This record gives sequence, C-alpha cells and structure tokens, in this order.
Amino acid sequence: MASTPATTTTGTVAHGGEAHGGAFPPFQSETFASQLIWLAITFGVLYYLAAKIIVPRLGAILADRASRIGGDLNEAAAMKAKAEEAVAAYEKSLAEARAKSQAIAQEARDAVNAKSDARRKAVEADLSAKLVDAERKIVAMKTSAMGNVSAIAADAAASIVAKLTGAAPSPAAVEDAVKTSIEG
Amino acid sequence: MASPIEQFEIKPLIKLGTIGKSEIAFTNSALFMMIAVGLIILLFVYGTRSRSLIPGRIQSLAEMGYEFVANTVRDSAGHDGMKFLPLVFSLFMFVLFCNLLGMVPGAFTVTSHLIVTAALAALVIFTVIIYGIYKHGAHFFGLFVPSGVHPLMLIILVPIEIISFVSRPISLSVRLFANMLAGHIALKIFAGFIATLLFAGGWAILSPLPLALTIALTALEFLVAVLQAYVFAVLTCIYLHDALHPGH
Repeated sequence: MASTPATTTTGTVAHGGEAHGGAFPPFQSETFASQLIWLAITFGVLYYLAAKIIVPRLGAILADRASRIGGDLNEAAAMKAKAEEAVAAYEKSLAEARAKSQAIAQEARDAVNAKSDARRKAVEADLSAKLVDAERKIVAMKTSAMGNVSAIAADAAASIVAKLTGAAPSPAAVEDAVKTSIEG
Repeated sequence: MASPIEQFEIKPLIKLGTIGKSEIAFTNSALFMMIAVGLIILLFVYGTRSRSLIPGRIQSLAEMGYEFVANTVRDSAGHDGMKFLPLVFSLFMFVLFCNLLGMVPGAFTVTSHLIVTAALAALVIFTVIIYGIYKHGAHFFGLFVPSGVHPLMLIILVPIEIISFVSRPISLSVRLFANMLAGHIALKIFAGFIATLLFAGGWAILSPLPLALTIALTALEFLVAVLQAYVFAVLTCIYLHDALHPGH
C-alpha cells in the first residue's frame, strides 16, 4: 500500500521530465489551438449533417409514421362505421321482407279461407236443397203409398166380404169402412 | 507504471505546422473527435438511409436517440425551442459518443480536456446571448432583473443574476471536464493498485479489493458518461429557454 503513492509520484515526475514542460495535459495551452481547430471541424460537420439530414429525416420518418398510423386508424373507424351501417340496412331490409312475407302469407291464407268458406256454403246450400227435395219426395211417396194402401185394402175388403157373404158390397160402403178402420 | 494523467496527453499523429507558439497537428484528440462524429453519422445518416416505415434495428436505435433528444428539448425549452434541436442533438451526441469512446481501454477521452468542454459551453452561451438579443432586443436583459422585487433590492439582485448567468458556461464546461477527468484518473489509480498490490509480497492477498472497486467504478463511469451528456443537453435546453422567454 505504502509503495503506491510513491509510484504515482515517480510516474508524474518521470512524465514531468518529458515534453510540454510537465504541465497537466488539460492545461497545456499550446495544444488548445489544435484542439479547437479539430473541434470546430468535426463539430461543424456534425452540426451541418444534424441540421440538414439527421433531424429533418428522422422528423419526417416519425411524422410520416404518426400520420400513417393516424390515417389507418381513421380509415379503420370509417370502415367500421360503414360496416355497421350496412348491418343496420341489412337488418332493416330483413325486417321489411319478413313483414312483407307475413302479409303475403296472411293474404293467401285469407283468400284460401274465403274460397273454401264460399265452396263449403255452396255445397251446404246444395245439400240442404237436395235434402228438402228428398223429404218432399218421401212425403209425396208416403201419401201416394198411403192412398194405394186404402185402395188395396178396399179391394181386399170387398173381395173378402164377397167371399164371406156372397154378395158384393157397394164400393162406397167398403171405402167408408176401410177409411174408418185405418184412421181408427 | 504510467502516470494516471498520461492518458490525457495530447499526442500529435501528423504534424501540420505551427501558429505562433501553438503546434497544429492531427492529434489523438482529433482522431477520437472524428471517430465519434463518424459513428454518429454511421448511426444517424447511414442507419436511416432506407427511411423505412417499419424500422430495422439501427433505424430504431437512431429514432430512439432522436426522440430522446427531441423530448428533452420539448420539455425543457418548449415547443419553440425545437428550432435548436439540431444544436442540442449535435451537442448531446458529440458529448455522449466522446464520453463513451473514452471508456474503451486505451482510447482518448476528448471531453476530458477543459478547452473542448469550454468551447462547447461557449457555443451554447453565445447562442443564447445572440439569439436572445436578436429576438428580444434590450428586453433580453430583463433576464437579470427579477420582476416583482423592490427597486432597492435590485441593487443586490441584479449583480447576483449577472454572476449566475456568467457562471453558467463555467459550470457547464467544468462539470463535464471534471467528471470525465476525475473518473478516468480514479479508474487508472484503482487499476494501478491491483498491479502494485500483486507485486507487493504478502499484500497481494488484498489485490481483489481494488479489482472489485475498479469493476464498480467502470460501471459508474458508464453511468457518468451518459448522465453528463444528458446533463449537458438539459442545461443547454434550459439556457435556450431563457433566450426564448427572457421574462422570469
């Protein structure tokens, strides 16, 4: 440890014996002119390049990127708005179409119902007319049949009476008797 | 063993002649100034030549450096300070690259010479004064007159303000110079201790101590190299802010 300061001192002393009169290098004024000239040249070149190329170019690169990103974001937002608009339009037209189709279906259903109703009514009217007709026919047939029955009964009664008594009764009396027995 | 200040010696590489007593030569200092500027050009001009929208590695680095300086200027000098961006950018990058190049073993540290830092500080302060007077005329000297103070107090305050303004370039240059000088001397001395202890018999057992210290100091010096460049740039911005807005 003790030897270190000694070494340092000798180093300084040895150096002191050399050129530049042993001054501390940063304070050797005879080197100043040379340093200043080279500083002016190198720093001048650096400043010139910084002012003419580096700063404008990097500023342009960064501004370009910022505007590009901003533009892209705006474009994306516009496209999103457009897409949302399209979705809204699509949904609106879909709802319209659905309402229209429902209206058409309702109309068709109503038409079909009306048609079938009309046909059913016609058929029913036809059937009831036929029914009435048939009933009337039945009644007519019944009365005619009933008329025939009394004539047959009179004939049969007259022939029975004739066979039993041997004498033919008058047709008016037979008819009277048949009538009272049928009604009785 | 070499003296700890031998690393600061200016050595002429190519002698060009003399002006009066001063020797003009291409020196080791000039060489490292050129290397620093060359590296800056490589990074910021060559690295950004493609102007890609999506930057590559080198362009990213250049953009980060640019944005860092631009943000510093914007924060400290305001938006109208952006016209000084090339100046602050050049100062910051020059000091940063010189400081960091000085950390290469055997390299010369340009910023360890007071004349260089003083020239840079003078550049800053003359820019402030000339731009301030050009822009604001006599109003620029309102910088030395704090507003809202009793006139009698101004007798004391104005000289104080003037002294503080004059000491700015001094502190600006000495701070950088002293930091670089002292750091490199400390590194050299502690590194020297390792060798001295190794050859001092039984004391050799203590030699890892200065080694650990040297490693720690190296890390510290890298921090100082970057920090001092940043401090130089920030103070430049603050002084430029005064030139732009002289009213307190």
